[in-house]
Amino acid sequence: MTTLFACIDDSRYTHSVLDHAAWAALRLGIGVELLHVLERHPERASLTDFSGSIGMGASGALLTELAALDEQRAKLAMEQGRRLLDAACAHLAGKGIESVHTRLRHGELVDILEAECADRALTVIGKRGVAADFAKLHLGSNLERVLRTSGQPVLVASRAYRAIKRLLVAFDGSESSRKLVDMVAHSPLAAGLECHVIMAGSADAAHMGWAEERLRESHAACQVKVIPGDAADVIPAYAETHGMNLLAMGAYGHSKMRELFLGSTTTTLIRRCLLPVLVVR
Amino acid sequence: MTTSTWRQDWLGNIRNDVLSGMVVAMALIPEAIAFSIIAGVDPQVGLYAAFCIAVTIAFTGGRVGMISAATGSTALVMVTLVRDHGLQYLLLTTLLTGVLQFVFGYLKVANLMRFVSRSVVTGFVNALAILIFLAQMPQVIGQSWVVYALVVAGLAIIYGFPHLTKVVPSPLVSIIVLTVLCVWVGVDVPTVADMGKLPDSLPIFMWPDVPLNLDTLRIVLPYAVTIAAVGLLETMMTATIVDDFTDTPSDKHRECMGQGVANFVSGLFGGMAGCAMIGQSVINVKSGGRGRLSTLVAGIFLLILVVFAKPLLAMIPMASLVAVMVMVSIGTFNWASFRNLREYPRSSSIVMIATVVVVVATSNLATGVLVGVLLSALFFARKVGQVLHVASELNAEERVREYRVTGQVFFASANAFTHSFDFSEALDVVRIDVSRAHFWDLTAIGALDKVVLKFRREGARVDVHGLNEASATLVDKLGVHDKSDAVERLMSH
Repeated sequence: MTTLFACIDDSRYTHSVLDHAAWAALRLGIGVELLHVLERHPERASLTDFSGSIGMGASGALLTELAALDEQRAKLAMEQGRRLLDAACAHLAGKGIESVHTRLRHGELVDILEAECADRALTVIGKRGVAADFAKLHLGSNLERVLRTSGQPVLVASRAYRAIKRLLVAFDGSESSRKLVDMVAHSPLAAGLECHVIMAGSADAAHMGWAEERLRESHAACQVKVIPGDAADVIPAYAETHGMNLLAMGAYGHSKMRELFLGSTTTTLIRRCLLPVLVVR
Repeated sequence: MTTSTWRQDWLGNIRNDVLSGMVVAMALIPEAIAFSIIAGVDPQVGLYAAFCIAVTIAFTGGRVGMISAATGSTALVMVTLVRDHGLQYLLLTTLLTGVLQFVFGYLKVANLMRFVSRSVVTGFVNALAILIFLAQMPQVIGQSWVVYALVVAGLAIIYGFPHLTKVVPSPLVSIIVLTVLCVWVGVDVPTVADMGKLPDSLPIFMWPDVPLNLDTLRIVLPYAVTIAAVGLLETMMTATIVDDFTDTPSDKHRECMGQGVANFVSGLFGGMAGCAMIGQSVINVKSGGRGRLSTLVAGIFLLILVVFAKPLLAMIPMASLVAVMVMVSIGTFNWASFRNLREYPRSSSIVMIATVVVVVATSNLATGVLVGVLLSALFFARKVGQVLHVASELNAEERVREYRVTGQVFFASANAFTHSFDFSEALDVVRIDVSRAHFWDLTAIGALDKVVLKFRREGARVDVHGLNEASATLVDKLGVHDKSDAVERLMSH
């Protein structure tokens, strides 16, 4: 695990992804691997001709025309992708990251991450890609799939990077949130941050005591609080009033069925908190 | 993953899918009507089939964006069945075709398509185009000069109108212009209404009214097998073409099973069997159709046109539909194959022409493909049989001759193998080194035995070297996929 993945595209999140990647890379003391994926959309037509007539050699001519269009588009996308990666490299070099590799791939981001993320310490990705609309607060189409498939922690970058001093840990006593607390206690990522552990709902002394004990050594100034209410409301409100800079949480603890009807707390929190989010499976 | 694929297949290209589906419906109606007439049933049967197949295959198909409906290739096989036994037997045949295709799909017969060479595919496509063209002839031959004039005018509009605008399908414009002209001038030419019953409602569920016994099965089964084979052949070839156009893979086995379900549904609702259509699928991709939605819209729009515009449909002169089908046949035909006759190896041209000739002679695409496949296999065997060389060296003092065999020995080259030995030479010892040869079958081993025997009869002692390596190719399954160096070892000895 000598690198972290930073997934970039042409969106306005790219700068922030690079800054967050730089922050994490410096803390972890590892290199950055920049990944840009050229996605194709064969399900969308590139050519429309409603004349409905086919003449001599129709299928050969059509194949040539479609292939030429794809070729043009692929060449353009590759050139654009290379420029994007070069600019990102220069940006990271300015931040003092020495080891930067670039990868330009065809295909689907999720497939590539799924195949390769096991060897990476962390994946950094923006909340939204080029296609998503910030105004509607919808998350990017790839984000949830990345979070669900990634075996390693994912740092979801918000729109702009702000210096990270205060860490908010969303805790519910579950297996994945206990793992998260362990990670906060030991990982250099969280070292020296002012740490607030928040549990939404009713107090459970056993859970709270466990968290406090775990964090006592590494984070002396750690605050552990229980706030009544629903996590989806309590945590964003707390983050805003206390000026938190980073949210850490476990991901997708519930069954797919439940999420289909009630929605996922993980997705809601990423959407509602205007903060970078560190998601641990 | 599955939900996102689902969304991509259905909603990835909504606007263009809807529009192209409507364009395609224009080319489905003439084919459904024309081939209902050829098969000897009312246009209603073909139109219901086109609707049922297109709508069902939109959900069950494995090749997204391909167009399936009532087709000429399957209709041509049904002619004698309808003539001798009537519509009800046709409906039962359609049901059985569906079941057979589903089973074929389950058994993954699509894998057999790798034995269909490119020349056979070209021959198939050309034969199909010729059949579509010939099927139009009864509508024009023996008719008044007005009909010829209308067909020519129709073609002129179809090929000329896109130069003005590509926003409106030119076949539609052609049909409308010719219909209005005929009604306005009041010329008496055959119209769709003269061809038989047109649908006036949605198709209704009905079970074929035939006795279900062995006699019925004996009548129906041969037709069902042929239709199933023809349908799957055209479907697989069309699927490959659409794969290439869109640069996306397709699930051929699911497509076979889907065709089966679609035909079964068609049979239940009073339609005949159909399959994928090359010409209409090309039109769909050209018009921007990519998703399942395009196929669904083509089917639904066809039915809306047919049912709600029935009085208008009845007025359409057959000549204008003939023009559309002539366009489809021109667009389907592989015109480059004329030029290629001179450039390609003669064997591949013979395969192509044989396929075309057999199909046109029998009106059965399956027979043509079978002949084409057999011919290409024979030509291939002959070609590989030439890869055989026998060298020899004489040691005069010791009266020993050593033969070294290199190359492929099998049924097609066994004769040549036997003839490369000189049995009249008086020798004490004959050495045959076959370590650089491959013995592929029992004919090859038999030929070697014969050679050894003959030499012995002439009084020579025979040593055969390397037979074990040479006959490693004798087993049916070579099993070279799982070992990386297996091919190397097999071919290098």
